[in-house]
Amino acid sequence: MAYGKKVIDHFENPRNVGSLDASSSNVGTGLVGAPACGDVLKLQIRVSDDGIIEEARFKTFGCGSAIASSSLVTEMIQGKTLEEAHNIKNTAIAQELELPPVKIHCSMLAEDAIKAAIADYQAKKNSQGK
Amino acid sequence: MMEQLQSHLATYLDYQATTPCDPRVVEAMLPYFYEKFGNPHSRNHIFGWESEAAVEKAREQVAQLIGADPRDIIFTSGATESNNLALKGVAKFYQNEKRHIITCVTEHKCVLDSCRHLEQEGFDVTYLPVKQNGLIDLELLEKSIRTDTVIVSIMAINNEIGVVQPIAEIGKICRAKGVFFHTDAAQAFGKIPLNVEDMNIDLMSISGHKIYAPKGIGALYVRRKPRVRLAALIHGGGQERGMRSGTLPTPLCVGLGKASEIAGQEMIFEYARIKGLNERFMHKINSNLEEVYLNGDTHARYPGNLNISFAYVEGEGLMMGIKDLCVSSGSACTSASLEPSYVLRALGVDEELAHTSLRIGFGRFTTEEQVDFAANLIVKNVTKLREMSPLWEMAKEGIDIKSIEWAHH
Repeated sequence: MAYGKKVIDHFENPRNVGSLDASSSNVGTGLVGAPACGDVLKLQIRVSDDGIIEEARFKTFGCGSAIASSSLVTEMIQGKTLEEAHNIKNTAIAQELELPPVKIHCSMLAEDAIKAAIADYQAKKNSQGK
Repeated sequence: MMEQLQSHLATYLDYQATTPCDPRVVEAMLPYFYEKFGNPHSRNHIFGWESEAAVEKAREQVAQLIGADPRDIIFTSGATESNNLALKGVAKFYQNEKRHIITCVTEHKCVLDSCRHLEQEGFDVTYLPVKQNGLIDLELLEKSIRTDTVIVSIMAINNEIGVVQPIAEIGKICRAKGVFFHTDAAQAFGKIPLNVEDMNIDLMSISGHKIYAPKGIGALYVRRKPRVRLAALIHGGGQERGMRSGTLPTPLCVGLGKASEIAGQEMIFEYARIKGLNERFMHKINSNLEEVYLNGDTHARYPGNLNISFAYVEGEGLMMGIKDLCVSSGSACTSASLEPSYVLRALGVDEELAHTSLRIGFGRFTTEEQVDFAANLIVKNVTKLREMSPLWEMAKEGIDIKSIEWAHH
């Protein structure tokens, strides 16, 4: 399969690979996908008190497009509010990376990861508030 | 010429998919494109006679490699056609007496698909499972043979994982039970010793392009004593004893013959050399990486085929990292189906691991330098991708990834 230039760039020079401390109260962790399906994406965000994503990190088990989608997403959400990040659609990811139809699920997984990380962060905040 | 070819093939490690023609094969073929272009079935002039002589010599060369009578060799377009002809041809010829076929779940698609077709025509097919090592259970085979079983079809070497089935034992069982034994030897012919008498093989499919002959030529061995009969799939001028009509492609037949002759002369040396490359490669991989699994039996296997799972690294991602190497992935995403290999699944390889496998193939033109280059590149990329893998991270933290409830999509 031939990959687009942007996918290759993100695959060869992935942005923001790594982990944040999942136990920290201002860190949200999203883990989506399944090993048996061939892709698992872990996305972590550190959120400031005023609801801005200050830092994003990822680790991905998957094909080149899954790794590129994860890498791109960390770039897209850094500096954004939780609401802005929540509104990112997989189509924007797929378009930016010029993913072929067979790889659209990679971008959907990346969108799911953002939502999962935000949900995890908000669940932590809510339980602290109680 | 050989050196040129070797350097051009520096990155090619996919000898199960196909092989380049051996320059000696091409040289033998060349006269039959121009000056000796005759139709081998023309009986009235010199052009026909010299072409016929060349085809018959090729038939002898093929036969010799498997201890067969040249008259038992039918030329075909390749192993897919041979497998179709063997299964459908035998099933249809004997359909009024016997309507049961036995094969195995890890066979090549063209065998499985021919069987599916026969099922639609009302035949009964038993698909034998394989053990975790990829080999069939001989006792189960014996028990599965019925009074109405017409043929057993079990491949010699598996194309995906390289395991070698116990052909001689299978042949013995089939002969004792009075059923025909067909073997798809596309990956085995010319690579390991095969003898139709010693192994009681009644039909054998042969491919040209897996043994450094061109694509578009293959053969089917069809035993005459005791006689195996089959209904033709291609009708016409009655060539190849009426079993496969159509003008024989003289240059291609000559190519297959020459490739068979070379394989016969060099098999022992070539096998030893490829075994050495296999050991060299595995040593480099195993001394630099943990959690690497060889799929299929460790001993009953052809050393030129390595199907390896690199746990926690997805196969297609790995292929992208080692894009300078031409290998094949057992992982889903390269094929349109998004399903992991049915062969690995049949072995009971976890889906997770099936997604992490590569097939690496060594052959006649593979060098030690190339093997070292490949091993180093794979080690480097697996290490890098594991650093990026959340599954590797969990495994290192002692979390069992099977204990997590994954959302299947």
